[in-house]
Amino acid sequence: MKALRSILLPVAASLVAIVIGAILVAALGYHPLSVYASLVSGAFGSPVNIGNTLTASLPLIIIGLGIAISFQSGLFNIGADGQYWMGATAAAWVGYHFTSLPGVVHMILCLVAGMIAGALWAAVIPGLTKAFVGAHEVITTMMMSYIAILFARYLIEGGPMQQKGYIPQSPPIAPNTQFPYFAQGFQQAQLSPISIVITVIAVAAAWFLLYKTTLGFSLRSVGLNARAARYAGIGVKSSIVTALGLSGLFAGLAGSVQMLGVDHQLLDGFSSNYGYTAIVVALLARNNPIGVVIAGLFFGALTTGGQNMQIASNVPASLTDVLTGLIIFFVGCERIIPQVIGWYRRRRSLRAQTPAS
Amino acid sequence: MENVLEVIDLKKWFPGVKANDGVNLSVRSGEVHAILGENGAGKSTLMKVIYGLLEPTAGEIRLFGEPVHFRSPRDAIRAGIGMVHQHFMLIPAFTVAENVVLGDEPGGVRFRRREASRLVRQLSERYGLAVDPDAKVGDLTVGLQQRVEILKAFYRKARVLILDEPTALLTPQETRELFRIIRALKEDGVPVIFISHKLDEVLEVSDRVTVMRQGKTVETLETKGATPQMLANLMVGREVVLRVEKPPLQAGEPVLQVRDLRVRSADRHERVKGVNLEVRRGEILGIAGIDGNGQFEFADAIAGLLRAESGEIRLEGRDITHLSPARRTELGIAYVPQDRQLDGLVLSFDLADNLILRDFRRPPFSRRGILNRRAAESQAEQLIQTFDVRPPDFRRRASELSGGNQQKVILAREVSRDPVLLIAAQPTRGLDVGAIEGVHRQLVRLRNEGRAVLLISLELDEILSLSDRIAVMHDGDIVGIVRGEEATREMLGLMMTGQRRKEGTA
Repeated sequence: MKALRSILLPVAASLVAIVIGAILVAALGYHPLSVYASLVSGAFGSPVNIGNTLTASLPLIIIGLGIAISFQSGLFNIGADGQYWMGATAAAWVGYHFTSLPGVVHMILCLVAGMIAGALWAAVIPGLTKAFVGAHEVITTMMMSYIAILFARYLIEGGPMQQKGYIPQSPPIAPNTQFPYFAQGFQQAQLSPISIVITVIAVAAAWFLLYKTTLGFSLRSVGLNARAARYAGIGVKSSIVTALGLSGLFAGLAGSVQMLGVDHQLLDGFSSNYGYTAIVVALLARNNPIGVVIAGLFFGALTTGGQNMQIASNVPASLTDVLTGLIIFFVGCERIIPQVIGWYRRRRSLRAQTPAS
Repeated sequence: MENVLEVIDLKKWFPGVKANDGVNLSVRSGEVHAILGENGAGKSTLMKVIYGLLEPTAGEIRLFGEPVHFRSPRDAIRAGIGMVHQHFMLIPAFTVAENVVLGDEPGGVRFRRREASRLVRQLSERYGLAVDPDAKVGDLTVGLQQRVEILKAFYRKARVLILDEPTALLTPQETRELFRIIRALKEDGVPVIFISHKLDEVLEVSDRVTVMRQGKTVETLETKGATPQMLANLMVGREVVLRVEKPPLQAGEPVLQVRDLRVRSADRHERVKGVNLEVRRGEILGIAGIDGNGQFEFADAIAGLLRAESGEIRLEGRDITHLSPARRTELGIAYVPQDRQLDGLVLSFDLADNLILRDFRRPPFSRRGILNRRAAESQAEQLIQTFDVRPPDFRRRASELSGGNQQKVILAREVSRDPVLLIAAQPTRGLDVGAIEGVHRQLVRLRNEGRAVLLISLELDEILSLSDRIAVMHDGDIVGIVRGEEATREMLGLMMTGQRRKEGTA
């Protein structure tokens, strides 16, 4: 019953958001059904579209897992976007160096470099300052995120990672580190089976870590009641650093998977704010790794569907941003809903009694 | 004598729970009437029904002989019922006068502050409830805030005053002051209903007692003829052991040795100022003292939660002064912390997880960092049965349990770890008689098995009935140590204010 409720409420919140979105669309003079139909067909209408949706979902899912870990540890990692950039940058750098390495080893090296970069970016400054001097992680991760993005931009705009020429981009990574795509149809969607396998492994790892290991037990204890955790003998400071590090590690992994699977070189327009959308993914999933998969797919579908919606029915794609906002609002409201229901019931029972007296 | 308030065969059923199932009560004018019962006996439900917060399923309430049907607290207030809740309903940023008149202000559109202040001053003089009408409520002590609540009731012309667990948040001095007020009100002819689960308070302040058990009123009796034992038995429904019998026992070698310990609390104040103390195998050492004299910081320091500024702590001869809390746990220190919800439990974890909270890093609960849920569950099943935790379901979250059962969970976890030293800080705070008996029995059992028990409590009765030796703490130092059987309340009371006894020879 309780488990069912925890699934039902986010779903209901999303549905309410969609309905209100429909009203908005209608108010703007479009036909809501056809707009939504174009959104759905854009996301799932053809194998390529499904491929696009998956490609857009994978980074959201992987980053979302990391954010869920930090949330469960009571930490608000807002700077996942920067950790994602650092992961991608590290993966790109390793990717076009060491070209003499065999493909598989080189690939793994890129992924590991990305994970380490993301983890350090979150753990060292935000993690240590939070643990030892109490600097709030919302501020530090956010600031570190700006630094990461600007630093990466510098590297490719006149910095040491710029490819020869005038375009701000890094050299492409070695061809044998690029993930192979699914045959034919998925070429266009840039969807690789390796990305999918890595994502599945990441989901399983996050779930196992949180619920089946002593480390996960410690982190969740710290997140729910730091005082009791201390009493239980858990090192709260080291848990904070670990939690932020793990969170950054997942974001860094997402960055390197994106680098190896999709972009192959660091570009100016590399990110699509995945790090921010992933916060909503984790919230909607209530920090449950399995829920992150569903929420990640949902937001991936919104992104790709939104682009199609713009082409097919002329509705601006930013409407999907409005939908995202509405969903966040209603997920946030879900604690209000039971109260409203209770209030309504009380009123009704009062009114039912009044004529009797 | 006239009956002020009568409750006749009242029933209040919730789905699956009969919270009130046959309550009969009659309060006479000019008496203090106590309603006594364990947590969950239905006292609060009864009060909510009387106050119009809940609709009764069946039965009748009569006020001054007239049957009444309250639909909301507003009706109840209008009829003359004044209720002071356990948790106050005050606005800290407002003044006393503003809080008192809130919702029923003098004057029309314009709020006449001076008039309000004058009215409140008049009321407080009339009822002997000294409080400054212009003081900000947020600046007042809990005891004074309670007076504001009482004033609020009288401002609304209350003819009956209901106090729901009024002493729960008060210091002993404030409690004494409250009892003085209650007696004064009685002289004045205002009937007072006093709800409590504390035997001694009921015996001290009431004229008659109605005992509730499992949603029913069991009996109403004159307080004069009642004994604590009688009331306890009525409350629990069986013979309760109020004083734990403990066989005389030869205390063995010291388990805990503390030398010149100095500790600062989290706010950097020095709270423990050079304590020397020994706890031996097979004894309960009680630490008595007024709250805030360093006894809880002392406990935290031994458990490793606060750093020792200087001095030395030895456990079975081994220096543990600088070991982590986790290491100390491994070496056999068990700790029942003062605040069970804040420190002792992770409320959103289920019971199985809470029961391994201190041991999840070691086999069988985990191996190489991987948890073994089945081991946790089988241990939980066994502990829940041994310690009679209710409901007996390890999938329940700790937050769903009553205070007594939460304490059982903590005690089960700490005792099951086979400790050499158990530190119990306020182990029975907020528990009812039946639960207190269980906790005391466990402490004495540990002592009889030859463990060392360090009991820290603000309840002198608890210290007196359990301790083999009693150390009195005042201003961060041990004023003296007396043998349990020689100690009296008066002696300890004096020492608690800082007066030293020379013959600290125990």
